[in-house]
Amino acid sequence: MTTASPAAEAQPALLSVNNIEVIYDHVILVLKGVSLSLPEGGVVALLGANGAGKTTTLKAISNLLKTDRGDVTKGQIHFKGEQSNALSAADMVKRGLVQVMEGRHCFGHLTVEENLLTGAYTRGDGRGAISADLELVYKYFPRLKERRGSLAGYISGGEQQMCAIGRALMARPKVILLDEPSMGLAPQLVAEIFSIVTRLNREEKVSFLLAEQNATVALKHADYGYVLESGRVVLDGPAGQLAENADVKEFYLGFSGGGRVNFRDTKHYRRRKRWLA
Amino acid sequence: MLEMIYLDPLFAIEVVVSGLLSGIMYSLVALGFALIFKASGIFNFAQGAFVLFAALTLVSLIEGALFGVKLPLLLAAAVTLVIMVVYGMAVERLVLRPLINQSLIILFMATIGLNFFTEGFAQMLWGAQVKRLDLGIPEKPWEGLRLATGITLSVFELVAAAIAGVLVLGLTLFFSKTTTGRALRAVSDDNQAAMSVGIPLQHIWAVVWAVAGIIALVAGMLWGAKLGVQFSLSLLALKALPVLIIGGFDSIVGVIVAGLIVGASEKFAEVFVGPYFGGAIENWFPYVLATVVLLIKPQGLFGEKIIERV
Repeated sequence: MTTASPAAEAQPALLSVNNIEVIYDHVILVLKGVSLSLPEGGVVALLGANGAGKTTTLKAISNLLKTDRGDVTKGQIHFKGEQSNALSAADMVKRGLVQVMEGRHCFGHLTVEENLLTGAYTRGDGRGAISADLELVYKYFPRLKERRGSLAGYISGGEQQMCAIGRALMARPKVILLDEPSMGLAPQLVAEIFSIVTRLNREEKVSFLLAEQNATVALKHADYGYVLESGRVVLDGPAGQLAENADVKEFYLGFSGGGRVNFRDTKHYRRRKRWLA
Repeated sequence: MLEMIYLDPLFAIEVVVSGLLSGIMYSLVALGFALIFKASGIFNFAQGAFVLFAALTLVSLIEGALFGVKLPLLLAAAVTLVIMVVYGMAVERLVLRPLINQSLIILFMATIGLNFFTEGFAQMLWGAQVKRLDLGIPEKPWEGLRLATGITLSVFELVAAAIAGVLVLGLTLFFSKTTTGRALRAVSDDNQAAMSVGIPLQHIWAVVWAVAGIIALVAGMLWGAKLGVQFSLSLLALKALPVLIIGGFDSIVGVIVAGLIVGASEKFAEVFVGPYFGGAIENWFPYVLATVVLLIKPQGLFGEKIIERV
């Protein structure tokens, strides 16, 4: 349960986060030593409740923290073996790491197709390659093709999530950080989006780090998982094991021993610091 | 006397058309505001001062303020263009970038400071006396048109309107067809999302401020030739306000249409309604119009719809 994933040991991780600490506004300590690693071709889930630090972790990796006045004050992040703390968000995208932000954040006044094209901003490989990738995105998300001319502000939530993922794909990334893709979507749509994530992972060799509150779905599609609580990793392991873990079952999957449980008897998390450095 | 005016439809047309033409000149000033507001949500109060700065620089270069060499108009315009682009980008780099993520009122106050600095700086550099700017466009009625239809329109105003039209067309194409233009609209929609797809905000903002500098130059040339290059050029900003409110702060098309509306309606009101009030309503009529628009359609006639999904 405490060992790193076998895949991560076998090869150097594509992305590794080593004991980072994040402080907002110079005073608010949000992450207190988070370490994780994403192997090439992996799908890793980052689980945790509201405010556990999932989004902060992702933004620390994609270097989007500065706009929220957050700072990585300790620890290192390595992407493709290169220390990436000091790079800009645009540099990360150029190197192949894109974040799909929580709440989708499509450009509401741009059409779906224009949204997708903004994703290719950092690319210098010419119009032909970009329009080929546009067709690729439409292949995975046929619905977007139907709505290519609509303003992104007016399409449905599920379509917006597809548009946001498609936009990220247009950068030809190695890694997509997917923040809360299930937010506000019907279960059927959540299933559809996760199955596309799995296909993208297999067919396009994109690695995913997904932050999710919906642990059931996330663990079903991920191969490894980390559980965050109050800015710390409290538990990690292969997705299958995590899904069987009694604590995870009780706190995230909504299973209990059966029958009514007295509040006094509910377990509190056995907090455990985990320092990888 | 009043009845006589009413009886002459040609005169009415003349009033409205010359109003439309000067309206385009208002649009030109308002365009600089709209551009920066659209891309960064900043209301750049200093745009009027930019116009003054551009016009003063141009006229001073023509008069030989630089090493005593009198530059020809086109060369002087080119040098001024470079100066305005550099100035715009410097403002972005030195004033606005350090204030990134501050609240909008702080940015607004910064641009007010910038306004007074630019006014003072321009006059310190080039002097404060009124100067004449001759663009070589004749300021006289278009004879052919007058003979054919009896309508008197100034050649200068027609040329100015044409130049403004070309500029607007160019900007519209830039926004809708180019990668940078699309990125600019993306930034104006949601700047964090734009960063997340790898659009560097700083580059985009530098482009926007440079373009605002170019627009200021065009406005400064045309207005400077019309009114003389003087301090009051920076007050054009105040004339741009009702145009922005009526058209919508973030719409290029809106700014053009609103400029036409303001230009035509203020002239029309002055000539045909003014006499009943003892005249001089031209100066405040646009503001009344703007207030009415605010009450009915707060985002302006063409302002971006506030997209709300329920």
